[in-house]
Amino acid sequence: MSARSDAPRDARSAIDARAGGVSPNGSSPLIAARGLTKRFGSYVAVDGVDFDVQPGEVFGFLGPNGAGKTTTMRMIACVSPVTGGDLSVLGMDPRHDGPAIRSRLGVVPQEDNLDTELTVWDNLLIYGRYFGLPVPVIRERAAELLAFARLDDRRDSKVDPLSGGMKRRLTIARALVNRPDLVLLDEPTTGLDPQARHLLWERLYRLKREGVTLVITTHYMDEAEQLCDRLVIMDEGRIVAEGSPRQLIDRHSTREVVELRFALPEQQDAAVPELEGLGARIEPVADRVLIYTDRGDDTVAAVTERGMHPESVLVRRSSLEDVFLLLTGRSLDE
Amino acid sequence: MSDAVADPAVGRAPGAGTRALPARLTHALPMLRVAEREARIWGRLWHTSLLTGVLMPLLFLGAMGVGLGDLVDDNSGSVAGLDYLVFVAPGILAATALQAASGDSLWPVMAGIKWVKSFHAAAATPLSPGQVFGGWVTWTTARLLINATLFVIVAALLGGVPSWWGVLAPLAAALGGLAFAAPLTAYSAAQDSDLSFPIIMRLAVVPMFLFSGTFFPVDQLPDWLEPLARLTPLWHAVELCRGATTGSITLVGAIGHTAFLLAIVGLGCWAGTRTFRSRIAP
Repeated sequence: MSARSDAPRDARSAIDARAGGVSPNGSSPLIAARGLTKRFGSYVAVDGVDFDVQPGEVFGFLGPNGAGKTTTMRMIACVSPVTGGDLSVLGMDPRHDGPAIRSRLGVVPQEDNLDTELTVWDNLLIYGRYFGLPVPVIRERAAELLAFARLDDRRDSKVDPLSGGMKRRLTIARALVNRPDLVLLDEPTTGLDPQARHLLWERLYRLKREGVTLVITTHYMDEAEQLCDRLVIMDEGRIVAEGSPRQLIDRHSTREVVELRFALPEQQDAAVPELEGLGARIEPVADRVLIYTDRGDDTVAAVTERGMHPESVLVRRSSLEDVFLLLTGRSLDE
Repeated sequence: MSDAVADPAVGRAPGAGTRALPARLTHALPMLRVAEREARIWGRLWHTSLLTGVLMPLLFLGAMGVGLGDLVDDNSGSVAGLDYLVFVAPGILAATALQAASGDSLWPVMAGIKWVKSFHAAAATPLSPGQVFGGWVTWTTARLLINATLFVIVAALLGGVPSWWGVLAPLAAALGGLAFAAPLTAYSAAQDSDLSFPIIMRLAVVPMFLFSGTFFPVDQLPDWLEPLARLTPLWHAVELCRGATTGSITLVGAIGHTAFLLAIVGLGCWAGTRTFRSRIAP
């Protein structure tokens, strides 16, 4: 418990926290977790995870529901006490410096918790006041943030009539009102239609270009591939792999995947033994058989040669979904 | 134990136990930002809020104090040695404060914790769950104070406040309301649904409203019920308010009732900090 004796850092005002836009910690990680554990009674939600988040990167937690991603995020956000291990956020210890850490974080929770009694504008104003920012400063920032969130024309609207995508963008704008060093986004595009999703991703890219460090949880592999510089794959409270999307695919999967769909489940069951020896690995899943191979077209030719006629055949590149399947034997949306 | 260590709000700096008073005050101040949100919403709708907050007790005062009061005074001369209007005005003051306090402490708290989750949003900022609780009940109390002040002014104009000590009556009413708001907010925050809320209104708020010495002295109650009435926070609030508006309060009485109410407030704040923490930052 040496951290206990460290003098707590001054709770610097959120205004000057990012002055100059340089991380006060130089190149040391913004978040460092060692053996981080969270138990609720006898249930272990997060089971001794290690990871570092570097300044300026987009870091992702990819995993199915219940993997412990949200709980990990809540510990980082200092709204869930750590039960075991060490966690350092912005060089401080969440156990003692919660308010000082939270003053430099932007949090976008999984469920929108915008203030439905307030207008779009007042949501930003009141939230800024929660950080203790002076009203004139908030006004200036709120105007910029509404432009960023493309909500300029909705500033006097209440929250309820906004679309799902607009609410999400407003939640992100609200999370930026204190000019955070670190933005935490929990499942940022869950429940959004594809168009709203792409607009949101584009806004997140812009933040990344501006040097804001983003930490994202998602159970969408395409979101992880699109956004994350580096990610960890979580399953049942543990980290099962870590790296960039490309590294993870290269390390744990083959270059290509052949997907075979059969008309009937019995046909699929009968086909699986026949496929033996093709590709590096064969994974029968609920409605199709996946053959992991470096040369997809050759494998398809071999399937036909063996006299099998699946209803459909697809050759595609390996994705993070495949990495998850190969590491855990389950698919992400299970 | 683990709760105490884990609460970031407590900000356990070395020697926290011996922190100077100014440091403690600085620590409490951020909770006013939560009250500020409520005040800003109120500021936009203050006329409606005042209308419902003050009109209701004034209607009671007109019906009971003036209308019924004439009958009472004609028949019995006085109640507890007072004109009925003078007797009932502080009762209505304290009872409507209780009612308004319970209104603020049930469904809106469930909304902040569970339906809209606005309390969670606030606790993602430097504010702690305990400060969110503190800010919420602070605003409830402030609004009670505003409504009570206006009511006392009107009641005084109608001749229902014979003593200048009456200027303290709004404070007494607000304290009584807080003694109900703090524990009730703590309770509401711990609930998973609002199923029990109507029951609380019917079985706790309404009986207290009627039988805690508001409209008639508690010694009129059956013998077995009277001690029970004296245990309710409302009875103590009514006694304080009545002591102030009539100027009849003794120092011992004032200290006793205030201490009783403050003890409940203290318990409520202790419980509220805990339930808010366990719901918002488990």
